[in-house]
Amino acid sequence: MLLPCHPRESGDPATRLPLPPMRIAWALLAAVLSTFALRALAQEPPRTIAPSDLRSGKEFVSPETRGQQDDLTINPGMLWVEQGDKLWRTPAGPEAKSCASCHGAPSALKGAAARYPLYDARLGRLLNLEARIQQCRAERQQATPLAYESQELLALTALVAHQSRGLPMSVAIDGPARPFFDAGRALYHQRQGQLDLACAQCHDQSWGKRLRVERISQGHATGFPIYRLEWQTLGSLHRRLRACFQGVRAEPYPSGAPELVALELYLGWRAQGLPIETPAVRR
Amino acid sequence: MPATRIVVPAKAKKGEIVEIKTIINHPQETGFRHDNVGRPIPRDIITRFTCTYAGEEVFRMDLFTGVAANPFVGFTTIATETGDLVFEWTDQHGAVTREQTRLTVT
Repeated sequence: MLLPCHPRESGDPATRLPLPPMRIAWALLAAVLSTFALRALAQEPPRTIAPSDLRSGKEFVSPETRGQQDDLTINPGMLWVEQGDKLWRTPAGPEAKSCASCHGAPSALKGAAARYPLYDARLGRLLNLEARIQQCRAERQQATPLAYESQELLALTALVAHQSRGLPMSVAIDGPARPFFDAGRALYHQRQGQLDLACAQCHDQSWGKRLRVERISQGHATGFPIYRLEWQTLGSLHRRLRACFQGVRAEPYPSGAPELVALELYLGWRAQGLPIETPAVRR
Repeated sequence: MPATRIVVPAKAKKGEIVEIKTIINHPQETGFRHDNVGRPIPRDIITRFTCTYAGEEVFRMDLFTGVAANPFVGFTTIATETGDLVFEWTDQHGAVTREQTRLTVT
């Protein structure tokens, strides 16, 4: 014989309510709370580094390297920014349009780099700054495409990102960008390679510690394209990420791969609020 | 022609020490490296950098394979008269990159 386990199963059926008023109130409250909790969770994922603990990569390099970055007259990355400025005004394609024909001065794009990677609703995909420049060149100028990592694309990217120097990173991760963000976040926390390491294990859990001669940074991508002393040249974020993948002996993704752009979005959100430093100088 | 950046004050007082900063975009390939299929990458370096001020040489430097890419050279001179500062980078093949800027002395 089953015992009555619910009050509404006992008593006179005629006077019985489907649920007692108190229960309805509790159920409603629980529903409202869980909706809020879910929405809060959906909008703001947990941060592994508190905003007050955020440190730019430049705080993990030597004072000399930092000085080389801060003094724009000796920052070697400025060579690319200047080359980018020339390319900005160089006509290309059948209609001989340059970037300047539509945008005017490069400073018109001040703040743009802080919002990238950005979901483009028309194209239905996530674009980083390089991809946006490539797309703009292909569609608006109808000019020969610039290869990822080419000197020209690096120069234009450096020029555009440099316009936002000092502005805080502020990428959007809500709405249609959310699945890309989640994919990037998953990749960041995914152990990989022969060393079986996830990005998070170094850059969230061990930042500030030593890895041989280097101090482990928090892995914020706020200064790209960067002039890396090891490369002796300017390079993209994807080139830098490739070095990380190789470091844990994992198969690197090719430059411009959707996986890396998604990871770039997660990195952008991690660095939310940190100022853009392009062109940064790193070891 | 490789890109260069030169930082010189536009004006200086007579007798003042003027700081000059230069940087040139150059790979400074040492010739000691190999590409990904084992072929040696030929040497390609700047071998000489000079600066003349109002026709007179004020700075000269020989560069070798130990100098990193995109060489940055900073030095000072004394402002004596209004004149042109002429910078010349000569690579191992003899190709010269020349830049010029005017210093007004008051």
